[in-house]
Amino acid sequence: MMLESLFYLFAAVTALSAIGIVLTRDIVRAAVLLLFCLLGVAGVFVSLSATFVAVVQLIVYAGGTLVLIIFGVMLTGHSPLHRFEPTRWEAVIGTVLGVVLLAGLGMAYGSAEFAKRPLAPMADAPAAFGVALLGPFLVPFELASVLLLVVMIGAGYLARRRKG
Amino acid sequence: MILCGRCTMWNTSVFQQFFFGGAPRLWVEVVYSLALAAVVFIPAVSLVAMIGIWAERKVAGHMQARIGPNRVGPIGILQSIADGVKLLTKEDLIPASADGMLFRLSPYLAFVPVFMVYMLVPFGPDLVFEPAAGLGLLWILAVLSIEVVGVILAGWSSSNKWSVYGAMREACQMVSYEVPMGMAILVAVTAGGTLDLVRLGHLQQGGIHTWLIFRNPFVFAAFFTYFVASLAANKRAPFDLPESESELVAGYHTEYSGLRFSFFFFAEYAGMFVIASIQTVLFLGAWNDPFGLIGHYDAMFRASGDVGGLVLLNLIGAGIFVGKASALVFVQMWFRWTLPRPRIDQVLYVCMKVLLPLGCVLLLGEVLWEIFLPGQPGVPWVAYGPWSLGGWSNYLPTLGVQGIMTAVGLLLAAGAVGFVGKAAWDGRHNRQRLTDPAPMPRPAAGRR
Repeated sequence: MMLESLFYLFAAVTALSAIGIVLTRDIVRAAVLLLFCLLGVAGVFVSLSATFVAVVQLIVYAGGTLVLIIFGVMLTGHSPLHRFEPTRWEAVIGTVLGVVLLAGLGMAYGSAEFAKRPLAPMADAPAAFGVALLGPFLVPFELASVLLLVVMIGAGYLARRRKG
Repeated sequence: MILCGRCTMWNTSVFQQFFFGGAPRLWVEVVYSLALAAVVFIPAVSLVAMIGIWAERKVAGHMQARIGPNRVGPIGILQSIADGVKLLTKEDLIPASADGMLFRLSPYLAFVPVFMVYMLVPFGPDLVFEPAAGLGLLWILAVLSIEVVGVILAGWSSSNKWSVYGAMREACQMVSYEVPMGMAILVAVTAGGTLDLVRLGHLQQGGIHTWLIFRNPFVFAAFFTYFVASLAANKRAPFDLPESESELVAGYHTEYSGLRFSFFFFAEYAGMFVIASIQTVLFLGAWNDPFGLIGHYDAMFRASGDVGGLVLLNLIGAGIFVGKASALVFVQMWFRWTLPRPRIDQVLYVCMKVLLPLGCVLLLGEVLWEIFLPGQPGVPWVAYGPWSLGGWSNYLPTLGVQGIMTAVGLLLAAGAVGFVGKAAWDGRHNRQRLTDPAPMPRPAAGRR
């Protein structure tokens, strides 16, 4: 009962801030609402006993990606309080994409099977993840690291000191 | 306790047994935890921050041959309360061009994460708010990484160029220094074999040579890289670029006044204690004394079920823990008032080209060490006596290294203590020379 109400609390935080992201015109406010959205998702993960996923969600998205987004806005924005004005075409494309994604999610929701009770948390989740990543999922793991390496080399190339 | 799902909550806590006589219902736990947070936590963290602020001013004063605050209360100890009252009565200004919502929100975003970390800090074997957080260290890193957002938003929403410069420096500095800090933490975690802060504490209960810092040379070096990186991640001097007063007025909190300003201040001082606590747990044996007595009696009381003894032991352990963390906080202050501030490119150079490669080397060395030179990972107290070699006969190389590292560490610590002591002695006895290089002849008594 209590756990369910916590789930609904976190779900409400996630959904409301997601709606806020779409409605606000201010990019930085949208980024802040994204932070609350991510926190809510982390809370949902916790209430489903997936603490490791919740922690990684916080570290990677809330601590890393979000800061990069805000940093990017700060570096590229023209005025300190830059506003986001979508053109009509952007609004149409965004709506179509959103409807398609929602339909896809709904179909997935209809066809998937869900566990009725939250699973028990794993006693030693990081160790299990590590063994899985270096065992059965070694190839995808290494491919992802190669992708990151490519991105890093690209960034270094773009930021290099040009001659002349 | 909300954080950890329902199956693992509180099941190891002596205090739970003490208060509830068993596992309470979930809603009881939620209500009880909220009450505990409101009644114990918020005042305790505020007290830590207030004492930290007072101690910083006092340490700064003595390092600059001044006295420091000495008017409010004995040795000025109530100075922070007086400051708090003053800040409460100040006008709460919001610049006309600022984004009001974000401007109001960001002090909380900066303060709440630091405050949350205290939930996971084990002050004693059972004296921890959430004893079953198996991912303790990851939680701490995750929660602390949110703090950056608050500081960046504070700078951005002020719409003031000094604030924005401070926020941008903050974004560069904190995000990049989290990497070497995480690597140093990883070295200690590899040596301990767990992310659980309480279990890390129990691993080090066999006396000073079992503290993780003395496990092997790599962890010993990681202790220092962690210290430097955590100073930068908490934007403490000499890495206080985000608020460097000489160039940016006050950096990201230029536009803040009154109570909102004090939230940033509290966050910094609570954060100093947090990073010192993590360092204490990871490297300096958490709540354990150098002779392993706490571990011995802990095992004894736990076996005999003596709850009163365990509560007493927890309180003593909390005293030791706070003592160690305070010593580290003192070193942070010592650094602040000793070293000049580098430029931002120098700060990033140190992170990217010195600390990061060093962290990689340390991590690699530590992993190889664990593979090729197995120690006794996770030896509980009961497996061996601290000063008897019998349990260690299979691990003589490890024991030898631990002995040497312990000796080196004790020498360094003794040297530091001696240095501070000599400086204090000199300051007390040669004050004439420090403050007044060419003393004026004093007028004869009774002439005025």
